[in-house]
Amino acid sequence: MMKHLLSAGDLSRDEANLILDTAEEMRSLADRPIKKLPALRGRTVVNLFFEDSTRTRISFEAAAKRLSADVINFSAKGSSVSKGESLKDTALTLQAMGADGVVCRHGSSGAPHLLATSGWMTGSVVNAGDGTHEHPTQALLDAFTMRRHLGSLEGRRITIVGDVLHSRVARSNVLLLSTLGADVTVVAPPTLLPVDMTSWPCVTSYDLDAALPKSDAVMMLRVQRERMNDAFFPSAREYTRRYGLDVHRMAQLPDEAIVLHPGPMNRGMEISADVADSTRSVIVEQVSNGVAIRMAVLYLLLSGSNQEEPTA
Amino acid sequence: MSPAHSAESPDVAAAPKPAPRTVLDASDISRALTRIAHEILERNRGADPVVLLGIPTRGVGLARRVSDRIAAVEGQSVPTGSLDVTMYRDDIRLKPPRGLEHTDIPPGGIDGKVVVLVDDVLFSGRTIRAALDAIGDIGRPRAVQLAVLVDRGHRELPIRADYVGKNLPTSLVERVTVHLTEYDGADAVLIADKTGTGAKA
Repeated sequence: MMKHLLSAGDLSRDEANLILDTAEEMRSLADRPIKKLPALRGRTVVNLFFEDSTRTRISFEAAAKRLSADVINFSAKGSSVSKGESLKDTALTLQAMGADGVVCRHGSSGAPHLLATSGWMTGSVVNAGDGTHEHPTQALLDAFTMRRHLGSLEGRRITIVGDVLHSRVARSNVLLLSTLGADVTVVAPPTLLPVDMTSWPCVTSYDLDAALPKSDAVMMLRVQRERMNDAFFPSAREYTRRYGLDVHRMAQLPDEAIVLHPGPMNRGMEISADVADSTRSVIVEQVSNGVAIRMAVLYLLLSGSNQEEPTA
Repeated sequence: MSPAHSAESPDVAAAPKPAPRTVLDASDISRALTRIAHEILERNRGADPVVLLGIPTRGVGLARRVSDRIAAVEGQSVPTGSLDVTMYRDDIRLKPPRGLEHTDIPPGGIDGKVVVLVDDVLFSGRTIRAALDAIGDIGRPRAVQLAVLVDRGHRELPIRADYVGKNLPTSLVERVTVHLTEYDGADAVLIADKTGTGAKA
């Protein structure tokens, strides 16, 4: 197992499956009277969040606490970062406090990578979303949710719809799902696709209605209004008509197909309310699976010795 | 290993590996499990309070077999599950992280029951200590008992088995391996010299 989790693309199929299998065991903990495991007793996990986030931070916090780790929450607002402290000095502070694991969310792509490789700190780094780059634990929980409903993802057809250009979720999902053997199609208006998609292991399309009948799972991405500084589409209504998922479009899906959304949703924009609340929607389940996945990641990164190979 | 090195010591390379010795064969194992099943019923005056929990990997298969025998004798099946102890081990921080095994607690739970832990080999006792901690997080059984196929001695903790298939005096350089049909294709308990079973010289 690797020391950091920075990109979903770094995971081999075996490693990804190990995380998913471990999460399966972690999930059963929710049914027990004592929702606590001793694996990370005495370890310190710092949630280092430079960007607003509710569900990811709470999810990581619950995961670390269920594994008996000590959790320190650090958000940029009201911290020394707002007084102008650099990432380096923050990292040195965390190192001095003895952080074994740092869960990092940052607005700039590559910040977790910098933390992990700079030598400022020795702990493990988990990327909890960096800029428009990656969000590997989201991709893992999406894959986990799909696997629970569809079985093995080998050969499964998965369609990811929406704002791919700004989406770290889309990139991580495409990388992870293709590692797991799924056939991924990305559907978006041309303006919301990256300029060069040739390195992405997926097929691209501009036509949602053509893709839906051959999808085992469809993932709707949030239209990220806060990153929409340009005119990417003429109007919200036009986007909804061409790329929104409503009941009529959902009817084109195969019978057992499921609908995912990484949240938070813009109801009425990329997904209609009746689709979000339908029986095909696994959106609430994604959230509870998120805790299990993050427990699995923290357990596998932090529970063992730091040495790669112990001298037997 | 360099070729020069192996040329220097051809005897070591050519020496016949001490073959693993079979100490229990399939029928020995079968008889031992049948006896353990009867002892469990005798000690607990029937199957009513008993829950069998196997410790992965091979303890789970053994628990299932004991469960089948109890069902054959009593005409009533006992709840049987598995208990993973990986996260409760005292060496978890010393070794590289490992994946978890499956934990499956029977629907009735373990509160007020007599939990019989089932494992293949009892050695240092550290696995059983971890299992006792794991049980404490799941419920409060009336009693916990321990059944093992082989007790090889060398305890490092004050733990003993209630039901033993075979007491096997061993030396620390020996390795005891349990093979079960479900996992290994055949039933056998083997004993071998650690140096002769492919361990790094």
